[in-house]
Amino acid sequence: MDKSLKRQPLKDPERWKNLIGLLPFFLFIAFFLVMPSITLFSGAFQDTNGHFTLSNFSFLHNTFALKSYLTSIWVSLITSVIGGAFGFFVAYATTSGRTPRWMSSILTTFSGLAANFGGVPLAFAFIATLGRTGFITALLKGICFNGADGAAICPFNPYDHGFNLYSVVGLILAYTYFQFPLMVLTITPALEGLKKEWVEASTNLGSSSAQYWRYVALPVLLPSLLGATILLFGNAFGAYATAQALTGGSIYLVTIMIGQQIRGDVLGNPNEGYALAFGMVVIMSLTIFLYVMLQRKTARWIKS
Amino acid sequence: MTRQKKNSWAIFWAVLAMLYFFVPMLGTFIFSLRMKRGVLSLMAYQSVLADRHFLESFRYSATMGIITVTISVLLLLPTVYWIYIKAPWMRAAMDIITILPFVVPVIVLVFGLIRTFGRPPFQLTLTTFGTDILMTAGYVIITMPYMYRAIDVGMRSVDVRTLTEAAQSLGSNWLQVLTQVILPNLRIAVLSGALICFATVMGELILGDFLVRPALGSYMAGVGRSKAYEPAALAIISYGLTWLCLGLIQYFSRGRESGQLTGR
Repeated sequence: MDKSLKRQPLKDPERWKNLIGLLPFFLFIAFFLVMPSITLFSGAFQDTNGHFTLSNFSFLHNTFALKSYLTSIWVSLITSVIGGAFGFFVAYATTSGRTPRWMSSILTTFSGLAANFGGVPLAFAFIATLGRTGFITALLKGICFNGADGAAICPFNPYDHGFNLYSVVGLILAYTYFQFPLMVLTITPALEGLKKEWVEASTNLGSSSAQYWRYVALPVLLPSLLGATILLFGNAFGAYATAQALTGGSIYLVTIMIGQQIRGDVLGNPNEGYALAFGMVVIMSLTIFLYVMLQRKTARWIKS
Repeated sequence: MTRQKKNSWAIFWAVLAMLYFFVPMLGTFIFSLRMKRGVLSLMAYQSVLADRHFLESFRYSATMGIITVTISVLLLLPTVYWIYIKAPWMRAAMDIITILPFVVPVIVLVFGLIRTFGRPPFQLTLTTFGTDILMTAGYVIITMPYMYRAIDVGMRSVDVRTLTEAAQSLGSNWLQVLTQVILPNLRIAVLSGALICFATVMGELILGDFLVRPALGSYMAGVGRSKAYEPAALAIISYGLTWLCLGLIQYFSRGRESGQLTGR
């Protein structure tokens, strides 16, 4: 259809006329998504007098700001890999019919719920469970023995062993709560696309289970696995509310830094704040671009 | 033999996942019952429900949720319909455009909104009405990927072109086609999109916090800073709300292919 349109140049104005109905949508996007972005981007490349400069990106030499990027990237990487691997195993367990049906359906339902559950309430739930006075902490603390000298020894208090929920470790624990269900949701269609015939064919050809995974299943799944993991990375990288509510902003993620910059210019230069935000959008664009590319690659064989 | 081994392997991961789901929930629930020393009580919930600010912020967020859903449907339904009828070659481009809100994290979006509309010539942040316009616009942008996808999936499953031609040959204008033919056929898809939109708005922290409006998210964050047991009760209430929205989607879309609901 595209080709027939191209062969008749007269129809081209018609084609543009056909876009009139999309005007409200594009105006909305232009006003509330593109314009705010342009404000930030242009600010990122200007000094306070409005002249072009690259000096705002000197925050990359500012250990404080650079460290926030590294922390964000690190937390996102860890949670996407842990959540991704965990989610993959769970998805595999539920799709292959190796778990009882009721388990699979509970897990599928909860994945939908947990992947959409985040923000402040998630932080609250972890504080109530694993915080200093949380339910599980209290349970573990309560396990006590009488020591040799008659003094009570309570060896299971996690906080005596260096555990701290209000830290990067706690953040990773909390993020995993929505990361691995998201993995389950994104990878399940790909796993369901693995054809039974492939296992049978490779078994008939004398391959072991390990060989099937190594030479058939993993190569086929690789684009979707990578894509889903990248999606998880982006999901964690943009998150703000959980970290803010859990640690009170004491862990410097980029999102937390930007939040403080909005409130009170902690960097001491508004344009550096724009540069910080610009950097986030660049990373997110890269992430989403890779995800979309890999997803297209996957869609090709899932449909067939 | 190997089959047996693999089964226990699968069950191990499934059980681990269920523990990860349920332990924080159960822990939070029991913790929320412990406000009164020594006994289990609903005191934390009573305390939350008796708080005037809770009710106000709940009402505010619910109102914003409904307004957001309305605007989102009014904006996206005709747009998607138009693309199916007049400009199907735009679909690939639209898939990319509607994913853009994921590229701009909410904290960056709110930063841009404040810096763009907080100063002349707009100065929307000067009045509460202006700020609410920004809030709504932000919510519509944030929830656009979900709403667009829900409507797109719904539109794909009905033959829009034939329905339109049939309705037009019976003499209806485009508004009638849209409201009396297309919308009823898409009600499940639109409802799914609406519920996920609503749930997102109810749980959203950043917009309300930085535009200083009394949204439920910022109320919860405030309670989290000052109280011990109420946050747990709020987490349970919020869990229930998300659950309700997703449960309704499942209920309405039984036996149909439902759009994938992911991310935040």
